[in-house]
Amino acid sequence: MARSGTARRVTRAATVPEKIPIRLTVNGSQMELTVAPWTTLLDALRDHLDLTGTKKGCDHGQCGACTVLVDGRRINSCLTLAVMKEGAEITTIEGLARDGELHPLQQAFIDQDAFQCGYCTSGQICSAAGLIAEGKARTPDEIRELMSGNICRCGAYPNIVAAILQAMERS
Amino acid sequence: MTPFQYARANDVADAIKQIATDPSAKFIAGGTNLIDLIKYDVEGPTRLIDISHLPLRSVEPTAAGGVLIGAMVPNTDLAYHPLIEQRYPLLARAIMSGASQQLRNMASTGGNLVQRTRCFYFYDTTTPCNKREPGSGCSAIDGVNRINAILGTSEACIATHPSDMCVALAALEAAVHVAGPAGTRTIALADFHRLPGNTPQRDTNLEPDEIITAIELPSKGFSANYSYLKIRDRLSYAFALVSVAAALELDGDTIKDARLALGGVAHKPWRSSAAETVLRGERADASAFARAADILLHGAKGYGHNNFKIGLARRAIMRTLGQAARGTPQSNSDKKIR
Ligand SMILES: Cc1cc2nc3c(=O)[nH]c(=O)nc-3n(C[C@H](O)[C@H](O)[C@H](O)COP(=O)(O)OP(=O)(O)OC[C@H]3O[C@@H](n4cnc5c(N)ncnc54)[C@H](O)[C@@H]3O)c2cc1C
Ligand code: SF4
Ligand code: FES
Ligand code: FES
Repeated sequence: MARSGTARRVTRAATVPEKIPIRLTVNGSQMELTVAPWTTLLDALRDHLDLTGTKKGCDHGQCGACTVLVDGRRINSCLTLAVMKEGAEITTIEGLARDGELHPLQQAFIDQDAFQCGYCTSGQICSAAGLIAEGKARTPDEIRELMSGNICRCGAYPNIVAAILQAMERS
Repeated sequence: MTPFQYARANDVADAIKQIATDPSAKFIAGGTNLIDLIKYDVEGPTRLIDISHLPLRSVEPTAAGGVLIGAMVPNTDLAYHPLIEQRYPLLARAIMSGASQQLRNMASTGGNLVQRTRCFYFYDTTTPCNKREPGSGCSAIDGVNRINAILGTSEACIATHPSDMCVALAALEAAVHVAGPAGTRTIALADFHRLPGNTPQRDTNLEPDEIITAIELPSKGFSANYSYLKIRDRLSYAFALVSVAAALELDGDTIKDARLALGGVAHKPWRSSAAETVLRGERADASAFARAADILLHGAKGYGHNNFKIGLARRAIMRTLGQAARGTPQSNSDKKIR
């Protein structure tokens, strides 16, 4: 979209910034890629590494669809620059299953019918994996509060909470 | 979006050197505010200096009996730190009421202080905004100003500072440690954020070439009688319309010391020493709380859509002081306001 401030700001950049080579461990595999400084981790995963399981909803930290685990912690990949995560270990929805077996959370989301359109689901599951690792949520109220960073426009919330409770009981 | 270069800072001295040589550079820590603003073309730094790897990640007791918090400590780690949970639960609750767990995992202690307003027009680059484009006018004063300020405003800007953490830090009288080309200095939290006046483009008294290295908490944590109450449009993952940090030191029914700070109502966390003085020596009851609320809200002014904030703030202050006095702080999980 044409905006008054944009053209002037673009001319302020003295030289076109160079792309930067980085290394990431994604779902256990070493990856080498070359990205522009402003490439988000989300775009690096989807557009450079073809890992499209991680979704782009709002691109502004407001929906949680882009949630991935970085060094075991859940974050929004849309507000993270890939270059800032050089050397980090990233886990996406594609990396949760082990030896052809679904992750307990993936199984629980199926068992509890915890999605409708499915757009928020990979973010919900990665976020829930982070939640379980944190070990702070015990009650449904606590799960709801600590999962509030994941919006579900289909409103599958009761089933999502049930799925997380199921996975927590079995882990 | 403006293209930008990227460089990592090796240490604090290197960060200061890098920022001093490039006036259009900015530090990036968690990135949760800056990347958002860059995507919206509200900010357009041509170089980002990554300070997220600096070794400013410890939370340690100080000789003075307080706690020193490194500027890169993520919000979640701070809220869950045993020293903070046990001795400064007001701070822990305020942090946990902000944003989402993913964002708190990314957001840094230093970045939280420097986050910018959420005024709708500040984000909308097609509209005038004195904070974004000095001299262009303020669209909020006669516009949709439901989320805007009621205290300390100016003709130039009625924005609020959106942080929850800073409201608790104000009540606890924290100090901000900064470093710059001229050396280090300490800024009281009360003097860190500014009122908009004629220069709303300046949110804080931090110089552009200074870096926040730490936040220091004094020894007094008010861990027995405190509460942080945040009123918002949905019960989680939303900015405050009004928030209250209350901390009391009680001797039986009598208030020995009191701290009271508001969020969501001004360009900085809002405190008044008179409101706290009037509580000291009084019985902790509704009439004392009402007097304090009236003093703290003295001069409050609505701009149309946000008129409701004045009455809401008064009731929230009374409620939060009551929760603090009873020793039943607002729960962040069940959300019931008791
Ligand atoms: C959807 C959403 C909801 C949110 N909800 C809330 C909420 O309810 N309550 C709340 O309080 N916050 C909320 N936030 C804001 C969040 O708390 C801030 O974005 C965060 O604290 C900023 O920290 P950061 O480290 O990510 O900063 P960055 O984005 O990295 O930086 C922000 C600014 O601070 C500067 N900076 C960073 N570190 C330093 C330093 N050490 N020294 C000097 N300058 C520095 C940067 O140059 C930049 O200008 C929300 C954010 C989002 C996206
Ligand atoms: S209130 Fe401040 S930030 Fe909002 S439009 Fe007016 S000048 Fe801009
Ligand atoms: S796409 Fe990242 S939070 Fe919405
Ligand atoms: S299942 Fe459709 S958005 Fe959650």
